[in-house]
Amino acid sequence: MNIVVCIKQVPDAKTVRFDTEKGTLVREGVEAVINPFDFHALEAGFQLKDTYGGEITVLSMGPPQAENALKEALSLGADKGILLSDRAFAGADTLATTYTLAKAIEKLGPVDLVLCGKQAIDGDTAQVGPGLAVRLGIPYVTCVNALSVLDDGKTMHLRRINEDGYDMLELEMPALLTVLASLNTPRLPSLKGKMRARKAEIPVWDARELGAKPGMIGLEGSATQVVSTSVPTFEARREMLEGSSEEQVEALVSRFKEAGIL
Amino acid sequence: MAHVNYFLTEEQQMIVDLARQIAVEKIIPVRAQLDENEEFPWDIMKDMAQADLFGLYIPEEYGGFAKGCFENCLALEQLAYGCIAVTTTFAASALGGYPILLFGSDEQKARYLPDIAAGKRLVAFGLTEANAGSDAAGIQTTAVEDGDHWVLNGTKQWITSGGEAEIYTIVAMTNKNKGARGATSFIVEKGDPGFSFGKKERKMGLNASSTRELVFNECRIPKDRILGRKGQGFIMAMRTLDIARPGIGAIAVGLAQAALDEAVKYARQRIQFGQPIISFQALQHMLADMATKIEASRALVYSIARTIDEGTKDTAKISAMAKLFATDMAMQVTTDAVQILGGYGYMKSYPVEKMMRDAKILQIYEGTNQILRNVIGQALNKEYAKK
Repeated sequence: MNIVVCIKQVPDAKTVRFDTEKGTLVREGVEAVINPFDFHALEAGFQLKDTYGGEITVLSMGPPQAENALKEALSLGADKGILLSDRAFAGADTLATTYTLAKAIEKLGPVDLVLCGKQAIDGDTAQVGPGLAVRLGIPYVTCVNALSVLDDGKTMHLRRINEDGYDMLELEMPALLTVLASLNTPRLPSLKGKMRARKAEIPVWDARELGAKPGMIGLEGSATQVVSTSVPTFEARREMLEGSSEEQVEALVSRFKEAGIL
Repeated sequence: MAHVNYFLTEEQQMIVDLARQIAVEKIIPVRAQLDENEEFPWDIMKDMAQADLFGLYIPEEYGGFAKGCFENCLALEQLAYGCIAVTTTFAASALGGYPILLFGSDEQKARYLPDIAAGKRLVAFGLTEANAGSDAAGIQTTAVEDGDHWVLNGTKQWITSGGEAEIYTIVAMTNKNKGARGATSFIVEKGDPGFSFGKKERKMGLNASSTRELVFNECRIPKDRILGRKGQGFIMAMRTLDIARPGIGAIAVGLAQAALDEAVKYARQRIQFGQPIISFQALQHMLADMATKIEASRALVYSIARTIDEGTKDTAKISAMAKLFATDMAMQVTTDAVQILGGYGYMKSYPVEKMMRDAKILQIYEGTNQILRNVIGQALNKEYAKK
């Protein structure tokens, strides 16, 4: 089974800080880590490989330091990692990102399964997985939290979590899945994996290597324009409601209505 | 703030990082529960196996990494930062595996070491008996040749991972008249006829490790299970302990570091008399002594482990020093950590009471610290006799 896992390097949520004046993330001194959901996509790939064999290729689009994320994926058990990096990719929204990832996957050749985390914790769009599937012309299922492969080695049974419960779905590969954290428990790196990752060369594919059209990548290929960003401020106020329980509930409901919550 | 530079290679740092990750992600979240339930940490053993840690000291041809005593110490220190009961279970497998590595035939190595390196089978080391603790020559378990078999009779006591391990390297008397020179080592496997396990001990601490009797009742094992030659059992046990003891020192360092971290963290946030208690000199001095002694122990353990890895002979004295100094230190540091946390320190809702209960075993197992002082004292006597 040929599996591609797409991962993203994101700022570590534990140490991330904001510049409230500029309305941006402070990137200096903040550790970059693999997006938490992507660990579960990797683990899903490893488990399928453990059972069915095959190869796991990990893709990441990002700046040169995203190589570290790919090396970490190798230390966990991925077979190879490819970094998609080019100044021309900068400023990409999900439209341009999915184009770039799709070009890379097409270049890799036939793939049975593409795995992504449900969403990245920095942008939180959850669009890259579905967008990539559309670009590749393959079916997709999002928010998967259980999966099994039938005896034919092609059909998958999936559980997709939705707002009301879950759907049980059947899907034929080649396909793309985005996965939830509840799908599995990601494994630890191994010493062999770490040693291999340290020595591994991570190929870097740029726009030319991918044969990407200039108008389709980076800022130029993006449909989204970021007009401004701001750091949300949280105002904490305290108000004690008086009177009987009924009066307090009434007062509370009217406050909610005033605030537009109800 | 600068840390002491121990000049680790990139690979050694990798081992440290990996073991630390296991401690933080897999051990610390469950250690209190394992302790409370006296539960064997099978899940964590599987994590360690998957991370390749069981193969650290085993040659590459058997699927290991051919690392030395030092790398083993680095891993043990970080794991012990999480829990020394879990770490003892891990370390016991190396203690049982070393005799096969050091004295096993090629055939025995090929048969056992790959599974040990992969963490598929745990190993236990069986020396102690009811009447043979510090005085290992008092062993009463016997091994008698009978055709193509050895027949074992006797009971081993307080064997770490007893019942859980699948491979046991044990010492039995093949000639009682020769005292220590009549002792021989054997490999016994779980499931061998006549081999069973006695009661599981309840202990003051170290509760996540299993401590049981090994009972040999007309236990028949094939001839080829003998390790080395007849009469080498005692030397083998001593050589094994010489390699393993710095590891106990490393466990002590990791445990003490964990206790110091808890103590400093608490002292910085606990307010009394309107200020954090770390601002009081009485506590600062305690913490300063703890930190200094930990670093001194770490430096001692590391340099002795590295000396052993250079292939130095007659390491009994320095090996004993690494264990003696660091484990006495760990007892003191964990006790002081409880003191710094005061009433909270004595409560089970904080981790330091467990650390203090666990620390005590370090002064007792793998040679009591009194016996280690004997080893060092006798070595000094010998050394100075030559001068």
